[in-house]
Amino acid sequence: MPNEILKEITRSLVECEPDLTPQLTQEALENGLEPLTIINQGLVPGMDIVGEKFQTGEYFLPQMVIAANAMTQAMEFLEPELKARHEVSESVGTIVIGTVKGDIHEIGKSLVGTMMSAHGFRVYDVGVDVPAATFVDKVKETQANLLGLSALLTTTMTAQRGVIQALEEAGIRDRVKVMIGGAPVTEEWAETIGADGYAEDVVGAIALGKRLAG
Amino acid sequence: MRPQFKILGDDLLGQIIAEGFELLRDPGVRVHNSEALRLLADAGADVDFDAQIAYIPRDIVEQALETAPSEFDLYDLEGEPVVHYGGDSVQFDPGSAAITVLDSETEQQRAPVTADFVKFVKLVETLPQIDAQSTALICTDVAEEIGDLYRLYLALLYMRKPIVTGAFRKDTWWTMKDLLVAVAGGEEALAERPIAIFDVCPSPPLLWSDLTCQNMIDCARHMIPSELVSMPLAGATAPVTIAGAVVQHTAECMSGVTICQLAREGAPIVWGGSPAAFDMREGTTPMGAVGTWMIDTSYTEVGKALGLPTHAYLGMSDAKVVDAQCGLESAGGALMAALAGVNMVSGAGMMDFESCQSYEKLVIDAEIIGMAKRLVAGVEARDEPIALGLIRELGHRADYLGQLHTAKWFSEEQYIPSSVIDRGSLDGWKKKGSKTAWERAQDRVAVLVAEYEPTGMSEDLRSELRAVTLKAAQSFGMDELPPLPED
Repeated sequence: MPNEILKEITRSLVECEPDLTPQLTQEALENGLEPLTIINQGLVPGMDIVGEKFQTGEYFLPQMVIAANAMTQAMEFLEPELKARHEVSESVGTIVIGTVKGDIHEIGKSLVGTMMSAHGFRVYDVGVDVPAATFVDKVKETQANLLGLSALLTTTMTAQRGVIQALEEAGIRDRVKVMIGGAPVTEEWAETIGADGYAEDVVGAIALGKRLAG
Repeated sequence: MRPQFKILGDDLLGQIIAEGFELLRDPGVRVHNSEALRLLADAGADVDFDAQIAYIPRDIVEQALETAPSEFDLYDLEGEPVVHYGGDSVQFDPGSAAITVLDSETEQQRAPVTADFVKFVKLVETLPQIDAQSTALICTDVAEEIGDLYRLYLALLYMRKPIVTGAFRKDTWWTMKDLLVAVAGGEEALAERPIAIFDVCPSPPLLWSDLTCQNMIDCARHMIPSELVSMPLAGATAPVTIAGAVVQHTAECMSGVTICQLAREGAPIVWGGSPAAFDMREGTTPMGAVGTWMIDTSYTEVGKALGLPTHAYLGMSDAKVVDAQCGLESAGGALMAALAGVNMVSGAGMMDFESCQSYEKLVIDAEIIGMAKRLVAGVEARDEPIALGLIRELGHRADYLGQLHTAKWFSEEQYIPSSVIDRGSLDGWKKKGSKTAWERAQDRVAVLVAEYEPTGMSEDLRSELRAVTLKAAQSFGMDELPPLPED
């Protein structure tokens, strides 16, 4: 029986039935399953399968995002239970993510945030058109070890350099790895401005985040 | 609503049809086939047997247009109807009878051999956008006299989809019929569930050669569908005006339908063609010319007005390599054909007029065809109300990517291309090797051919087909057939 419900949780993520995922998670808790078991044997395998299917071309962005949202909802039930047991879900890393000053493009940044959250990162999304100082403050406040900077315009990507300089001025540049992304951004640009890494898509961003945080 | 392209107004359409009828009376049609001349004379046409000209009165033609079926299906080798001739259904097959293949490595044209055509047939099977096979390449490693039937033999060994084919001689048609009968499981089964259609080509202006006329009569007698491929060259073998070329096409096709129906009432026949707007500088027959597309879409409208299924040679290019010209000409023709509702559009993979087939062009054309089919599937509401509830629910949030509504509809609303089409970021494209469309197509051809699965045709049937083909080969001085490529 416990195995069955874990399998069902995995299936709900893989087969795009997002309403079922939090519902089954609640049921699993009521049946006495440990929150960490639900995460590691129900939710994470589901996200892994969805990720594989995306990479082989069988799944597309909608299935990925829907699964990620379902996972996030399930986590909302699980977090208080974990706290009550003085446990923590294994966090891969903590990331502050946002789109830089002067740029209001949201979709790419939000997608990366959602997907990283579903892959075990603690994500603080600070939105769009974000001043350098806000990024610095949020990194300090959350003790994040990762910072994601998005820019979709050639005219705003220079602001990514500005944030890195602000981190240096605040004396916290060595505490946080900076990853950058967005349509005009390249590996070369990342090197030029002294960022720690660049990813060209959401799958690349998750892998990069894991590498930088590890 | 299905988006639709109309090019002739009612007045012009009516006049073209009227002039077509008139041409069959005067100057009449040259028919270099004694059986057809007899059929026409018996039906009441005025026939000059010495000059081999038939003067066909309107009522005989009208009767034939009446008895010719307005629709029929082609079946796959599992017995399912998969190609519908009639109405506005739109389907695609590769261009037929190329005399060269574009070598994947050298990008040069060369003479095709058995292994090339086998690879081509396999590739067509793996492309869902392509609805039928065609006897696309003429193999040069067999006697020229069996060039037609040998293609059909090879295709039958590897295909599941139905096939568009044609005979180059009168006698080889019978061998081709025997091959089809063997696969269909008897003459009656083949007539009931045809797996092939034969192209029959009048010669412009207004001539039925002995060979093609006999092929058409033999098809009709066996209830095997045939497809008229009338090919006026506007400005050379037909009037230069588009309307004038269509008048000639109308008369040629009307005479074909008439001979076919006199041979056997109710035999399936398709109003088709491969005309071209003659190039006034080069003296060539461009398939990528806008004038060619206009003649094709015009005669398609005539065919529909007369209640017949339709066919056209479109979606080809005159380019010699797979380049920008190749893409733009193929896309233009295929989109026009789809919008005009041509039932069978022949031409995928074909370039250098109608002489060369390319595997790489075929997989690129498959993407064009996917887009064309999506286009004619049209815009639908999908939901009631269309989006009022959804947009209100989300308010001003840009969260559509995570909505079930998106997951439900995106793959129907969008045509999702293969890796042949690049839509990645600049950096992503560079990481994958900065490949051109030609290179991506090369990669895809390799992947698809490897994915091909054998059809599971019984050994008995394979030997029977081989015996029929070998017998024909031996009658033309070939002792052995070339070996089949190893799978």
